[in-house]
Amino acid sequence: MTEENTPQVQPEQPEKPAKPTPKPKPKKDPRAKLYKPEKPLILASSPHFHAQATVPKIMWNVVAALVPTTVLALIYFQWAAAGIILVSVSSALIAEMLVNRIKNESFTIPDGSALITGLLLALTLPPSFSLGGAALGSVFAIVVGKHFFGGLGYNIFNPALLGRAFLQASFPVPMTTWSWPLTARYSEVDGITAATPLGLFKFEQVTSELSGLLTGNISGSLGETSAIAILVGGIYLLIRKYADWRIPTSFLLSVFAVSGVFWLISPETYPTPVFQLLSGGLMLGAFFMATDMVTSPVTAKGAWIFGAGAGFLLVIIRLFGGLPEGVMYSILLMNAFTPLINRYTRPKFFGEVIA
Amino acid sequence: MSERTSHKISTFRKGVHPDEFKNLTCRIPSMDMPLPAEVFIPLQQHIGAPCEALVAKGDMVKTGQKIGDSSAFVTSPIHATITGKVMGVASYPHPLGAKVPMIHIKREGDEDEWELLTVPENWESASRETLQTVVREAGIVGLGGAAFPTHVKMAPPPDKPIDHFILNGCECEPFLTCDHRSMLEETDRILKGMAIMMKMLDIKDGIVGIESNKGDAIAIMKSRIEALNLNFKVQSLKVKYPQGAEKMLIDAALGRKVPAGGLPMDVGVVVNNIATALAVYEAVVDGKPLIQRMLTVTGDAINKPGNLIARIGTPFQACVDACGGLSDETSQVFMGGPMMGLVQYDLQVPTLKATSGIVCMQTSQLKNMRHYPCIQCGTCVSVCPMDLVPTRISRLAETGKYDECKEWGVFNCIECGSCAFVCPSGIPLVQWIRVGKVKTTEKQQKLKAQA
Repeated sequence: MTEENTPQVQPEQPEKPAKPTPKPKPKKDPRAKLYKPEKPLILASSPHFHAQATVPKIMWNVVAALVPTTVLALIYFQWAAAGIILVSVSSALIAEMLVNRIKNESFTIPDGSALITGLLLALTLPPSFSLGGAALGSVFAIVVGKHFFGGLGYNIFNPALLGRAFLQASFPVPMTTWSWPLTARYSEVDGITAATPLGLFKFEQVTSELSGLLTGNISGSLGETSAIAILVGGIYLLIRKYADWRIPTSFLLSVFAVSGVFWLISPETYPTPVFQLLSGGLMLGAFFMATDMVTSPVTAKGAWIFGAGAGFLLVIIRLFGGLPEGVMYSILLMNAFTPLINRYTRPKFFGEVIA
Repeated sequence: MSERTSHKISTFRKGVHPDEFKNLTCRIPSMDMPLPAEVFIPLQQHIGAPCEALVAKGDMVKTGQKIGDSSAFVTSPIHATITGKVMGVASYPHPLGAKVPMIHIKREGDEDEWELLTVPENWESASRETLQTVVREAGIVGLGGAAFPTHVKMAPPPDKPIDHFILNGCECEPFLTCDHRSMLEETDRILKGMAIMMKMLDIKDGIVGIESNKGDAIAIMKSRIEALNLNFKVQSLKVKYPQGAEKMLIDAALGRKVPAGGLPMDVGVVVNNIATALAVYEAVVDGKPLIQRMLTVTGDAINKPGNLIARIGTPFQACVDACGGLSDETSQVFMGGPMMGLVQYDLQVPTLKATSGIVCMQTSQLKNMRHYPCIQCGTCVSVCPMDLVPTRISRLAETGKYDECKEWGVFNCIECGSCAFVCPSGIPLVQWIRVGKVKTTEKQQKLKAQA
């Protein structure tokens, strides 16, 4: 019908000869009228919602959790702490930037992970450590500890601990030379250098006051002296779920249990489990180093094994190793086991029937 | 208080808490959508064999007339949803993305002439076989999304004794409120539909599972159960996604875990959706085949969000227009909710039997998402309701290690998307797992063919 009509219309309107041609087009297919918004619709596979958690959010929360410990380090060791923290953090950031440039990738400083590495390394160094050494350790942590393995997410070992291990191997004497906090120094007679509570016990069989261990007014690394400051930050991380609670729990429980067994066997030779828990870098290690997401297992069962293994190794190193402290090596060793633990701790599927 | 009501709020392990956005529509009464000018009815809207068209171009059809069926056991017939003329049986765009065969019906005039099913006079005295035939002829499928033919579900094999029926009123997807509105508006018919299905299964124990954010629905369900003198229990459930996934629901309501790779009937349970119960009632009592359903049209790009009772096969565009149209800034349209919904490229696609909602968005929660490498945080592991390790399966799928994919339970994934929802690195975990499923199946079939 329409085909017959159109030629009839055309002669009646000779003024508009060009117009009738575009008109029949829409009739061609009733389904041609597709939805045409200003912008085309975005296609994606579900889910289309996101919880809005991001890697930088996690990292900056870890930085926030380290604030109490950092502040206490600054109070106790003042300029020495300020210098080491500043140098360590800034060299970590510069190293990260240079690696980004060499790898020709976008700058990853905003994700906060390099800052954490620098800060954590600084907090594990003795206050009298040289600034150049701190810078070297920091660069090693970023370049070798993190980027040689492929960058964020791919490293096997906690970069800060690897940096510290490197410094420990390179400068064994400065790495084990401790000084009293400035706030405590003048009440003591034996001058500036002092052994850590763990060192005192190991080499001189002297136990330290628990109050000092709790508040941190003792000799030790910058950030490992106060158990309370670390607990405040650590518990914040656990509550916000930025750290797996199973790791510090199993780590500390395992240290308590294993050292308790030795203490029960011979209370004269071995320190009490409470002393073991509060002294040295255990608290810092358990809450901030062992819980490093990249280098700890992803499964719940794996987290228990990881923490328990680290605790066992720690006590063995502290009691029978050549060094008074074993946090660093116990965590690094467990880091190496993480891929294996992940592989063999697959959770039981929902409704899995065990044959 | 009655023994039937439980005040304990139960749930399953793990899961996530997406923003709900249910307030947009949950207080607005549903609206009967005006009859659409044309409908497109896909020959396959269910799991099982596709239907063959029983009509041809030029035929006149009545509302409710059967226009497609198949002789297979697992299938479900389709019906004309408006009165009009068949314009053709051809391939048209489908919400799943591809073009599939559909029957295109155009309305002629304003009449809406129904062709009803032959139904027993009194369902309470009808035999199980009669009821099953009615449910089959009505084309009823699971309306929660999976679209499994209901008459097949209602005929479990004799070696799988069923003792519990669960009515799924969780509606855990954000935005969707059609089940919520149905429970408020059609309470009695839903409960009677549930009673009919329980009669078909010959069981006594019925549970209505409702998330506790629908307090009004829980209250009205409890009071009507009492008034109708039914022996059902209302179980309030914690508001958590994916509470409405049937395995999670059975775990929450009865503490039974469906075996991995198994079905609810393996633990003696049959789960059906609110909308399915309503459809069963309408078929068995009113003789109406499944030709319409309630669906939520919502999202921040919809001018007047609400729940529509729309004919199946109505183009999305018509549904959207009935709700005041779309904003010019619309960036995404999903069929279903934002967690599991399918994204659409064209609004001429028709609604299906299992379409529970059309969500139109102009803002996106993924807009500012940046990708980072996996930092092994394990959040995906801590939320996966099926107890999988999504980060590992997705990486195995990405690197083509399909044998290991299977070992790590890729086929247990229910694709709820909780893992990708929480991933701080913005990794498309569930999307990779879907790839893994397809590729692993392909590889298995290839090996089978070679053997």
